[in-house]
Amino acid sequence: MRLTQGTFSFLPDLTDEQISKQVQYCIDNGWAVSLEFTDDPHPRNTYWEMWGHPMFDNPDAAALMYELAECRKVYGDRYIRVVAFDATHGWESLRLSFIVNRPKEEPGFRLARQEMAGRNTRYSTLSYATDKPAGARYA
Amino acid sequence: MQDGNATDTVVADEAAPQAVDLQQEYETSGVKEVLEDLDATLIGLAPVKQRIRETAALLLVERARKRLGLAHETPTLHMSFTGNPGTGKTTVALRMANLLHRLGYIRKGHLVSVTRDDLVGQYIGHTAPKTKEILKKAMGGVLFIDEAYYLYRPENERDYGQEAIEILLQVMENNRDDLVVILAGYGDRMEKFFESNPGFRSRIAHHIDFPDYTDDELFHIAELMLREQNYTLTPEAAKALHEYVGLRRKQPHFANARSIRNALDRARLRQANRLFQTATGPLDAAALSAIDAPDIRASRVFRGGLDSDTDATASQGPVTP
Repeated sequence: MRLTQGTFSFLPDLTDEQISKQVQYCIDNGWAVSLEFTDDPHPRNTYWEMWGHPMFDNPDAAALMYELAECRKVYGDRYIRVVAFDATHGWESLRLSFIVNRPKEEPGFRLARQEMAGRNTRYSTLSYATDKPAGARYA
Repeated sequence: MQDGNATDTVVADEAAPQAVDLQQEYETSGVKEVLEDLDATLIGLAPVKQRIRETAALLLVERARKRLGLAHETPTLHMSFTGNPGTGKTTVALRMANLLHRLGYIRKGHLVSVTRDDLVGQYIGHTAPKTKEILKKAMGGVLFIDEAYYLYRPENERDYGQEAIEILLQVMENNRDDLVVILAGYGDRMEKFFESNPGFRSRIAHHIDFPDYTDDELFHIAELMLREQNYTLTPEAAKALHEYVGLRRKQPHFANARSIRNALDRARLRQANRLFQTATGPLDAAALSAIDAPDIRASRVFRGGLDSDTDATASQGPVTP
């Protein structure tokens, strides 16, 4: 099941050139871009692990593309996303975030139902990937 | 990830032009302005200007070939600038960044100027991130490494400089489209540096040597500097400055244009002092901007000594009064 989180996630995967252009757009807007990766794609898992620091003073997208290549070498079997942070007063938060790398197999999520008193049911979403321990999920 | 088919079709859709007017290209790309500006504001340096003009021509032709659909390979433009102190290496690097940007060779055209300290870390594992950080900052522009030979310290085999050099070489090779690296330093020491790091020599196609300025050129540079600061030389002062240039060259630690700039700074100091002590009434703009002969002749250089007190007598022998 294809993970649809963040911008562009309903489009086909972006090519490196398209990623580079999007990143340049972010930089030209004064946003700091950075990379994050995870092997636990649960929608509530907002805090992915950071790959390096946010790039506050790199004027060109090549810097992020360089880091993306490095990150893919290490975590090419996980989800990697580009995050653009706007530091201007009043925003101070993310302006754009999109997935730039996916594992080959995306197992998706299952719905867990918990039966409560009085025929009530509680629902929760579980990622099949997290059945395996961290680090061995997309091998 | 998907393949780059999308971009191929875009290029094919554009009607390929049948001919390219190089002259027009030269004028519209803004290269002409940069080169003319270079001629007007940089005095002397004929071989350097020649090389810059050749580089510009090469890039213009490459661009034209690309437009006509001919085979083209982006040339490698990593450079090394060698020359004595004060011969304008940094200034030219700045112009070079601008020129390459106008030619579309680099995307942003900024210059990141660093020395050993900015690249090499203090402890194990500190160097690589530090060097990468600088390289990333320079991407899309020009990385100018001043006194590059300090990166390599043969006397200490555990020096972290080697690590920085390895990362530099790797990025210079793999990210050729993303940044241009310019190494700068004094001629003989750079020669030694290249000898012990053959990887650098083979990756750097352009070695540009900056010649020393002649006395006349230095005088013109002085005039230009003064004009930029709204100062003028009286005829006697001009004569004194001519003599100064000749004398200063023969003394140790001569740093071409930088020595001249320092001399002018001190002359301005003396002029201000003179005005304070001698002025009796209000001064007009001409008086405030005129540098007179005594302001220059007061320099120690005319008495055979060095401007700094340290080794003036040691290296000069007896000081003639």
